[in-house]
Amino acid sequence: MERNQMHRRLANMKKSLLDQGFLDEQFLRLEELQDASNPNFVEEVVTLYYRDSARLILNIQQSLDNIPLDFAKLDGHIHQLKGSSSSIGDKKVKNECTKFHEHCHARNADRCMRTFQQLQKDYSILRNKLKTYFQLARQVGPIDMARRPK
Amino acid sequence: MDSYSNGFSSPRAEAFPAGLRVLVVDDDPTWLKILEKMLKKCSYEVTTCCLAREALDLLRERKDGFDIVISDVNMPDMDGFKLLEHVGLEMDLPVIMMSVDGETSRVMKGVQHGACDYLLKPIRMKELKNIWQHVFRKKIHEVRDIEGLEAGIEEFQMMRNGISDQSDDGFSFCGGDLNSGRKRKDFDNKHDDKNFGDPSAGKRTRVVWTVDLHQKFVKAVNYMGFDKVGPKKILELMNVPWLTRENVASHLQKYRLYLSRLQKDNDLKASHGGIKQSTDATSRDQAGNIGFKNSINIKQNDAANTKFRIPGNIVIQNSNPKGHETVVSSPDLGPKGALVSDAHEIQKATSSSGVGLHYSFGTPELNAKYATLSSVLPPQFSWNQEHKPQIEQNNVFNHLSLPDLHDQIQINQETFFPNYPTPFNKERDKLTHIKVMPPHGTKCSSQNIRQQMPGENAFRLDPVQSECSTTTFNPSEPISRSAWSSKDQVIDQILVNDLDSLNGNLILGKSSALTSLNENFLACLLQEDCSPNFFELQNREFSDCNNPGLLSEPSIYLYDSLKFDYEYPCDPIEYPVMDQGLFIA
Repeated sequence: MERNQMHRRLANMKKSLLDQGFLDEQFLRLEELQDASNPNFVEEVVTLYYRDSARLILNIQQSLDNIPLDFAKLDGHIHQLKGSSSSIGDKKVKNECTKFHEHCHARNADRCMRTFQQLQKDYSILRNKLKTYFQLARQVGPIDMARRPK
Repeated sequence: MDSYSNGFSSPRAEAFPAGLRVLVVDDDPTWLKILEKMLKKCSYEVTTCCLAREALDLLRERKDGFDIVISDVNMPDMDGFKLLEHVGLEMDLPVIMMSVDGETSRVMKGVQHGACDYLLKPIRMKELKNIWQHVFRKKIHEVRDIEGLEAGIEEFQMMRNGISDQSDDGFSFCGGDLNSGRKRKDFDNKHDDKNFGDPSAGKRTRVVWTVDLHQKFVKAVNYMGFDKVGPKKILELMNVPWLTRENVASHLQKYRLYLSRLQKDNDLKASHGGIKQSTDATSRDQAGNIGFKNSINIKQNDAANTKFRIPGNIVIQNSNPKGHETVVSSPDLGPKGALVSDAHEIQKATSSSGVGLHYSFGTPELNAKYATLSSVLPPQFSWNQEHKPQIEQNNVFNHLSLPDLHDQIQINQETFFPNYPTPFNKERDKLTHIKVMPPHGTKCSSQNIRQQMPGENAFRLDPVQSECSTTTFNPSEPISRSAWSSKDQVIDQILVNDLDSLNGNLILGKSSALTSLNENFLACLLQEDCSPNFFELQNREFSDCNNPGLLSEPSIYLYDSLKFDYEYPCDPIEYPVMDQGLFIA
């Protein structure tokens, strides 16, 4: 019973993340890849993402601190982050990267900074939500997680 | 390898495409993990790599250890496109590019560099499931090239048409239809009687379009009129008993593509207002951009409109006092058929460049003796000045009485390597060495070739391809290289010295074909992947030669027409970076 409830909660969490635009289809595809041979696949991938992207975000932050801005370099970092965010379906971060890229192109430092701030916010929000999500998922059981939401 | 029923080694044949050996290269660890999982789900054998360098080492260590490479475009240690070229040149494997960036220009660049597909991240399972088609198609092409089947032509058409049948991403270049049942059947049929297992090279025998042969071909085509002639008629005119209509048809197709690309390039060039060569020839040299090693004779002439008449037939003039370079091609291989074109002629012939190369292959000896890739140098080309010291203009040229040269084959793969310019003199001295690339040479700097191609003037007939062994080349022959390092130029000439022994010098086939040719074969054709580059360069140069007569110069086409398949417009802006970095170990 409780398990079902947890299961339902999990499903709802995911649904709301999707609805709110934090996650996209890619996340669901990752779940489809998960199987018995790799029961924690999605969590592992997400963990990897947050570890790697933390470094990228730091790089961007450092680049933004260097005035005058090296837009090319900045753009490079952003491109990396964009690629990374697409791996787990971090939709908001991905979109912000796109905007950032445009601002870099336009050499608009101000907009770059603002977009980056927003990016960091959304990045943190999703990270926290997913943390909770996976904690719950572990309780529910790995196999169950692989099931598509009803 | 033994003959396969489907072109793959027997053990995996039945299960194909299961067990496809994929190498994934991506600096993003998250994607690497995901792709590994996805590919495993497709029942492929996956190897992952997060560094391009590492990937190259792995590929080199395990030759024939992989069937296909999937690589990201943006990587910290090496540009994905560069890796793509390397792989194409050295290993001749299909490469799929990936990126989160789907801008058309990037995708185009990928195609230009020889990518057989370009996937957009996030990548979906169905896209990965289809990658085996690229491997299969490549095998089929190889077979077809060898056999010169017309079906290959059709497939090409289909492929081109197929480009418009995009997958949902819009970037997939592999039409599912390409591997139709029909083709497979043809493949199988042909397979039965062909010996696909060439123990020495693991590749099949194929028609090698030697300089000689190609000249005949071009003559026949020009005789009839490029547009109107058909393979049958060409075959008749060529009068080569062992050649088949299919061989000619396939070659004709490539030739046409080449010319049309030349045309395009010509237009592009015209609009560009010149060549973008950089004055930084030196660095280019260093980068080994120009495979001048091949070009044996480079004659630079500052004198305006100087005309040089080479007994052998090549007249090179430097019609640009400012430093147009004239490229001299071939040593005098024979007294006859002197091509003499004076500055005016050349000028006319070369629209945008002041230099023209005019040569005729009228004489058999000549034909036999050299293969020249000539390109017209763009007027802006200033390498002349830069490289002056290195080019022994008069030196070699004057001595082109080819008796010396006769014994030398000047195709030097080394040119493609990051070389340092060497005085032409030295080159000349070296001429006495025979630098022939042994057909079975180790993969040589085909990369170089590739590298140079883009935007470089590496026009040279860069014959040597992967199969060429670099060891045979004299590394110090960069003369031409230094001379030619400027972008967009180039006249590559390959002097084939000892034609008698060489018998054919330019190999118009894939490098693997070299193995079947006699050892003296100098030029290895660029690998398929790099051919486009090569052609691009050639096109560039050649585009100036509106003179149909010039167009028929075989040298340009000596390159494996196979390479025509890829678009490889020279993008001078992009390539310099590539060039320089390409071969840095």
